[in-house]
This record gives sequence, structure tokens and C-alpha cells, in this order.
Amino acid sequence: MGEKILMKGNEAIGEAAIRAGCRFYFGYPITPQSEITAYMAKRLLKMKDAAFVQAESEIAAINMVYGAIATGVRAMTSSSGPGISLKQEGISYIACSELPCVIVNIQRGGPGLGSIQPAQGDYFQATKGGGHGDYHLIVFAPSSVQELVDLTMDAFDLADKYRNPAMILGDGLLGQMMEAVEFKERPKVNLPDKSGWTLTGCKGRKHRYIVPFDLDPRVLEKLNKVLDEKYKRIKEKEVRYEAVNIENADLVIVAYGTVARIVKTVINNAKKEGINIGLIRPITLFPFPEKIIAETASKINKFLVVEMSLGQMIEDVKLAVSGKAEVNFYGRTGGVIPSPVEILEEVKKYL
Amino acid sequence: MKKVFGRPESLTDVPFTYCPGCHHGTAHRLVAEVLDEFGIREKTIGICPVGCSVFAYLFFNCDVICAAHGRAPAIATGIKRSKPDSIVFTYQGDGDLASIGTAEIVHAANRGENITVIFINNAIYGMTGGQMAPTTLVGQVTQTSPYGRDPKTMGYPIKMSEMLSTIKGATYISRVALTKPAYIVKAKKAIKKAFQVQLDGKGFSMVEILSTCPTNWGLSPVEASKWLEENMIPYYPLGEFRTPEEVA
Ligand SMILES: Cc1ncc(C[n+]2csc(CCOP(=O)(O)OP(=O)(O)O)c2C)c(N)n1
Ligand code: SF4
Ligand SMILES: [Mg+2]
Repeated sequence: MGEKILMKGNEAIGEAAIRAGCRFYFGYPITPQSEITAYMAKRLLKMKDAAFVQAESEIAAINMVYGAIATGVRAMTSSSGPGISLKQEGISYIACSELPCVIVNIQRGGPGLGSIQPAQGDYFQATKGGGHGDYHLIVFAPSSVQELVDLTMDAFDLADKYRNPAMILGDGLLGQMMEAVEFKERPKVNLPDKSGWTLTGCKGRKHRYIVPFDLDPRVLEKLNKVLDEKYKRIKEKEVRYEAVNIENADLVIVAYGTVARIVKTVINNAKKEGINIGLIRPITLFPFPEKIIAETASKINKFLVVEMSLGQMIEDVKLAVSGKAEVNFYGRTGGVIPSPVEILEEVKKYL
Repeated sequence: MKKVFGRPESLTDVPFTYCPGCHHGTAHRLVAEVLDEFGIREKTIGICPVGCSVFAYLFFNCDVICAAHGRAPAIATGIKRSKPDSIVFTYQGDGDLASIGTAEIVHAANRGENITVIFINNAIYGMTGGQMAPTTLVGQVTQTSPYGRDPKTMGYPIKMSEMLSTIKGATYISRVALTKPAYIVKAKKAIKKAFQVQLDGKGFSMVEILSTCPTNWGLSPVEASKWLEENMIPYYPLGEFRTPEEVA
């Protein structure tokens, strides 16, 4: 405990999940996340009361998760682009059934088979539901290997706390990079008891069922409202972000994950040229840190959203800014990573 | 609600909502009787499909989860792996198991998952109003084979029991019918064997039950039974395709 070890991002996610008590992993190989699957195989196949299954597809994998979490255990699946698309029906079922699990998406270039290089084109899919119906995931956007670890552990806790699927939205760069990480001693959190809803056999109680449907529209509307209330609580309590240098900035960049790392370099480079750039880095994408963005918009009149997409998060930034400031966009896509130099060039256009 | 005479404990008091002459009810009852006889109701977790038996959770007096269409064997895998001391069964229609869920059933069998599958082959999509199933017979008229199933463009009816019995991980595979008492006795025996295989930890077991859908076949219950015997049984022969002895 306490010592730092050098780990690849994807393996760090696996280790973090295991340390968070996850003993059940179901997945299907896809680049750039396959190291998570391999790591879980290496560890879980040697553990007692644990299971690793290389599923026949991502569809099967998410449904194996659905079965496992129904019995009350912590379970995880991971994938990238095309595989995450295949999981969407299952994720919608899990959200409807209010079951907790962690889904990792190490994003790659899209659409279609796309590329295997890092991208952020799955923002809409991750934050707006992704599958059918009205639901949301709790979405974390780590920006370092250390954060992959910490947020994976938090994701399990919050999933349990809210009985809601949580997603780690990384990208190929984070998944593949090596960094020193520390598996910190974590304060014990009080999580709700699961015994009131798990399927364990009906010994000593009435039989119970998990059914993600109701043909009576009024009953289903009620269920949707219960979910909505939950999302409101999540929005109130679980927003996380990092704000860097936003007081008196000439322009504030909003970026998450890998892009936010690059922007930190941009901030330092810009300082040398006498340009004062701020950064708001959402750590949770759902709930989105709209309040800090709104507050900043009343003090600073220029924003630049930088994403490895053609502009997805910018929609949430614009909603938060609500016309109070100018919101500009710079994006690279298809697996291209924006360089500090080009981002600074872009900043200069607006100053 | 009053307890119906002789109703197995593994069924709730909720009356079946299936159409008259539909075999889903009989199949439920046989499964429930077997759960009772083994005394395993309280450690059983059932997985109901999307199909007419989506409501099975109301009828089975054990814990139940409802799967997405075709995914029951994957869910069963997750449950059994995380709770190996439970008894896990899926209950699936032919659209569910033999079409949209083909990958899941094949690979659950191939991994030798220690689960029991009850497969209701009624040669049609019941719930959605009578479209062609992969098991629909050649020439059979359905909403989506309005001129009869033409194997040239629609393929031949798929024989799941035969196909799955080529898989080494499948321990017990059997096909039964419910159109007469003698068949029902055999069907129950088969279901019992299937759960026994699971209780013994011997791996994947499946009972395919040839079933009626009078409503979507456009026949009376009596005619439906007759049609099943005259048309389905010749194409889908009854019997055991794989047994534990053979595997051992
Ligand atoms: C992904 C998905 N596709 C399609 C459907 C629509 N659907 C519901 S039940 C069903 C077919 C059911 O037929 P079968 O499995 O044979 O069961 P039966 O009703 O005959 O017992 C279909 C296509 C669905 N619910 N989900
Ligand atoms: S539609 Fe067919 S399968 Fe469904 S309940 Fe009626 S008879 Fe049974
Ligand atoms: Mg059917």
C-alpha cells in the first residue's frame, strides 16, 4: 500500500476493479482495450468465487453481467466502439432494472469499424443514454492512469449507491499508456444493502423477479419517473470537475480525458507567450458540471471546447453557457490526437 | 386467490393467461412439478424470455429474471457463475432460442454451462402475432411467409436439438411433445433428467418441447394437437439426442 507501480492503463483498470471487489468479468476482445480482458482472465481464473468468461459476443457479455449482478455480486465488462454499440440493448435493460455494474469504454475512432486510435466520438452514446428509452449512465472521464484506477473504484461504489450502471469513458491513449499509479487505501463507504432485491432463490421469502418492462403505460411512466428522480439526485450530488486557472483567464478551454491532459501543456506554453488560458475538465460527464461552466460564463466571455470528435460535448457546454459567452470549437477525429501547438494556434484565433 | 387443486407449489396462484389449447401452460406445470419433486424451488432462478412466456415470472413461484429477446442463456451463465449453488433454468421460444439467440444457446452449450434450457418450439412467433420462425415448417403459412415457407429463399426449418447434440459440452438433449398423456409422462421424465444433470453438475441440458399455438396457427385446440402430431413430429422426431451416459 502506498507505493507507486508502473502500469498500463488498461491493466490498471482491471486491477482497480479487482481491488474494488469485482470478481466477475465478461468480455470480448477488441482493440484498444483487450489488455483489460486479458488481465481479468489472468487474475480471476486463479481466484476462488470468481469467474472470467470470454463471451461469444459483446451482446452475450453484457447479458452475462446482467445475470451476475442480479445475484448481488460486483461485475464488469469492457469494450470499445463497435462492441459498446452491441451492448446497448443490455445496458438499457440493466438501467431499467436498476442494477449496478461497471462498463468500460476505451474509445477508438469511429464511426463504423473506424480505427483503433484514440477518439472521443462516443460522448453522445455514453452521456445521453446510448440505448433505447429514457435512461442515463453515471459516466466518468479519467485523464490519467491514476484516475483510471480511482474512478474505476468510485464507479463500483456509485453504481451500488444508486443501483445504476456506471461507465468509465476512456480512450485508446489512456488505455495503452504506462504511468506510475498508487492503489490508495480507501475510506470505507457505507453502501446500501442489496438483500432487498437480489435474486438468490426464494428461501424464507416470497419469490421475487426482475422484469425490465411493464405493458401498462402508467406503471411504466411511474418507473421512468423513479429513474428521473434518481438522475436528479445524481446531478445534485455527484458532479466532479477540475478547474485550472479559470480566474482571470483570457479564454477557458473545456476538455476531458486525454484532450484535457494536452490542454494542460497548452496552458503552460501559452503562459510563456503571455496568454492566460483556463481549463474546466469535467471528471463526470454525466452528471455534467454545468454549474461551474455557467458561473464561469458570467465572468469570462470566451470558451473553446476541444474534443477528439466533431463536436459532441460542446452541446452540453453551450447549454450550460446559455448564450452568456462565446463558445468556440476545435476537434480532431478519426483517431487523430490534437497537438499542443495546434490547440494554441486555435486559441489565438479568438483572442 | 384460491389454491387450485393439485397445483404445484412451484407455480403461483396466478391463473395462466395463455390462449386456450396453448401448450405453454402445460410446459410450465411440468417444470414446476419437477422443481417440487426435487425440492429445489427455493434455490431456483428462472430466466423468462421475450415471447408469449414473458409473463412466466408471474406464474413460476421461484426467483425469475426477464431476459432480452434471445439472451437468456447468457444471463443464465452470469447467474450460475456468480451463484453456483443455485439451480438455473431458461425458458425460451423458438424465435428466442433458434433465431435471435442462436449464438447464446450454441455457446452456452459449448461452454457446458451447468444450466437447464426449456425450449418451446411452436413453429411460429406467438407473441408478435404469427410471423415465421426458424422452425416454421416448409409450406407453412405465416404472416411473413404468406405463400408458405419456401426453402429456396427462407431456408429449411432448423433442428436445434440435433444441431446442439453435435456439441461436446451438451450433456442432455431431448425432444418431447405434449399432445397426449403418454407424451406428457415422457416429457416430464425428460425435464426431470435435465434438472438431474444440472443437480449432478454434469453440464448443459435442454428439453425441446413441441408445442401448439392454436391462435396463430388459426386452428382450434383439438385441430392444433392433430396438426402438431401429423406435421411437426414427423419432421422433428421425438427422443433423446444426447444423454449423460453417452457423454461419460
Ligand atoms: C430485440 C428484439 N427484437 C424483436 C422483438 C419482438 N419480439 C417479441 S417476442 C418475438 C418472437 C417471439 O416468438 P418466440 O420466441 O417463438 O416465442 P412465442 O411467443 O412463440 O412463445 C419477437 C420477434 C423484441 N422484443 N426484441
Ligand atoms: S399466441 Fe400462441 S403461443 Fe402465445 S399464448 Fe396464444 S397460443 Fe400460446
Ligand atoms: Mg414460438
